[in-house]
Amino acid sequence: VFNVAGVPIEWEEHYVGTEVDPRTESFLTWESLESVRRNKVGLKGPMATPIGKGHRSLNLTLRKELGLYANVRPCNSLPGYKTRYDDVNLVTIRENTEGEYSGLEHQVVRGVVESLKIITRQASLRVAEYAFHYAKANGRERVSAIHKANIMRKTDGLFLKCCREVAEKYPEITYEEVIIDNCCMTLVKNPGTFDVLVMPNLYGDIISDLCAGLIGGLGLTPSCNIGEGGICLAEAVHGSAPDISGKNLANPTALMLSAVMMLRHLQFNDQADRIHNAILQTIAEGKYRTADLGGKSSTSDYTKAVCDHI
Amino acid sequence: LSGSPALRLPDRNSASPRRSPSPSQPPMARRSAPLLRRLVSSAPPLPGHGGGARRTVTYMPRPGDGTPRPVTLIPGDGIGPLVTGAVEQVMEAMHAPVYFESYDVHGDMPAVPPAVIESIRRNKVCLKGGLATPVGGGVSSLNMQLRKELDLFASLVNCANVPGLPTRHQNVDIVVIRENTEGEYSGLEHEVVPGVVESLKVITKFCSERIAKYAFEYAYLNYRKKVTAVHKANIMKLADGLFLESCREIAAKYPSIEYNEIIVDNCCMQLVSRPEQFDVMVTPNLYGNLVANTAAGLVGGTGVMPGGNVGQDHAIFEQGASAGNVGNDNLVEQQKANPVALLLSSAMMLRHLQFPSFADRLETAVKRVIADGKYRTKDLGGTSTTQEVTDAVIANLD
Repeated sequence: VFNVAGVPIEWEEHYVGTEVDPRTESFLTWESLESVRRNKVGLKGPMATPIGKGHRSLNLTLRKELGLYANVRPCNSLPGYKTRYDDVNLVTIRENTEGEYSGLEHQVVRGVVESLKIITRQASLRVAEYAFHYAKANGRERVSAIHKANIMRKTDGLFLKCCREVAEKYPEITYEEVIIDNCCMTLVKNPGTFDVLVMPNLYGDIISDLCAGLIGGLGLTPSCNIGEGGICLAEAVHGSAPDISGKNLANPTALMLSAVMMLRHLQFNDQADRIHNAILQTIAEGKYRTADLGGKSSTSDYTKAVCDHI
Repeated sequence: LSGSPALRLPDRNSASPRRSPSPSQPPMARRSAPLLRRLVSSAPPLPGHGGGARRTVTYMPRPGDGTPRPVTLIPGDGIGPLVTGAVEQVMEAMHAPVYFESYDVHGDMPAVPPAVIESIRRNKVCLKGGLATPVGGGVSSLNMQLRKELDLFASLVNCANVPGLPTRHQNVDIVVIRENTEGEYSGLEHEVVPGVVESLKVITKFCSERIAKYAFEYAYLNYRKKVTAVHKANIMKLADGLFLESCREIAAKYPSIEYNEIIVDNCCMQLVSRPEQFDVMVTPNLYGNLVANTAAGLVGGTGVMPGGNVGQDHAIFEQGASAGNVGNDNLVEQQKANPVALLLSSAMMLRHLQFPSFADRLETAVKRVIADGKYRTKDLGGTSTTQEVTDAVIANLD
């Protein structure tokens, strides 16, 4: 698709290794990470971490080594692919490094376990800054911070304080705070009322998957991770689907839309728009759809249809 | 009984003439015979029975069970007093054997007054409007405090499609049972150094076991087929792992009930695309909050979902989802809050107090009003006030 659209980029391909690289303590090679650090932009397919082999998860390695602090997922209803919700047009921005997923747990005594949720000013400010910057750069009007600060007063309270500080620097963008219960309920009843959502780690995980469900699932949702130093790693958030691997049946829409996000980050807006429209048109027409969308086309047929529409 | 076509069910006793309600009601004993006949012939399926099984009303009370029971009433903040007022009116109209001891509690009080706790300990049952918790302030949530103080470890929300209320999803009938005392809401937070805050999530085997036991027991007693445990044990391996371990142990003791586990983010995604697959869900504290609110939103929102909190000795009934949501000032001023959630919760309360026929009458009336569609508050797409809906419910009582 990039070839047909004439996108002026060169790919550096890297693969997950077959043995643990001691420099990264995982199957990801040091070279791959260096490459991302150098180029600052990347596109990643789904990766599966083998369970129980005693090494770091691949996604966790990427996140820690590259300092990927924000996960951005735009969720837009696809015209032509009907779900129960037609007017979804929101972006979820999730803090990706701390919060409830710090991995700090311990057993106090037998039968009593403690798990630490950590919120720092630095990480909260960072993700809030990115959220408002993204909103401004993409012409969004409203940023909503999702929290449970009525119960978790200090942790989510700190998160909210940071969001408020950043909001003051962007007076043209409306800022509001929504408790997570109300957010869930409103998302399910009236998703059109939300614009940009910024959240700590756990809520972000759940809400971004909920929003993906609203538009049709992980097979259609793009995603992009923002890291320190302006790194942008676009990825598909669905699994690696080993059962259909190699059979030319997979739906490439999620990865393609993520690649479009990456192009916009690189400010190749013209090509990004053309590819995006081509994808939307192909799905709207309905002639070439992969199996998960209820059609019968193969990956290559669908890809060819998208190329034809560019 | 001259209800909408949607609720008319085949009348088996077609030989007997239908009695229209007379203005001066005959005493209870003489009313009960036609009442029983009507109930047996036209009681709609109760929630949680999937439209199939009908409960018989051969309920044999013990002598003296008809003595009016005292129930603590906490009107609360915001729309709370409006909706609890509605319940009081309907109970009055039904001549239900309950009377309310009302206490004034507000969300910004530092603690629940001991007199209120005393009253609940004495009466064992409480009905409550919402208590608003100030955000980020120095006051701990009073809703939480009540639950911890009285050890109400299980919170139950029943999310089912209400007939006549159009929603995007059909065939939804989910009961979310949520652990209510520990987990992320332990309230144990502290600042490590300026700018770094820690919050403790505590999971114990004791609490996980008892909530799992309650969930399976509930499923068994209410003829439910499946219990799903919601977790994030792939990330929080020890904490949610302990929760899952407890669930699995209890599941082994109920071989006739299907048990499965689902990760919370996938769960939310499934809820918005295929909610029909869920039956009873058991969750730790925070996920339960999210899942219950999502499920409630699927079938109509905070205004229609009943719920309660129950412990070993006490029970508090309140609107199902989002107990801290007391509406905004507009709703209070215009008196347009939706009393349906609290009315259905009070029906749950009547059953808990073992007054099943009053519960049935109340539920039937409420469902008729919703199905009719004439009196609906703003959140259901109408323009009625609370009082209008309440009056409609009273008019629809058998």
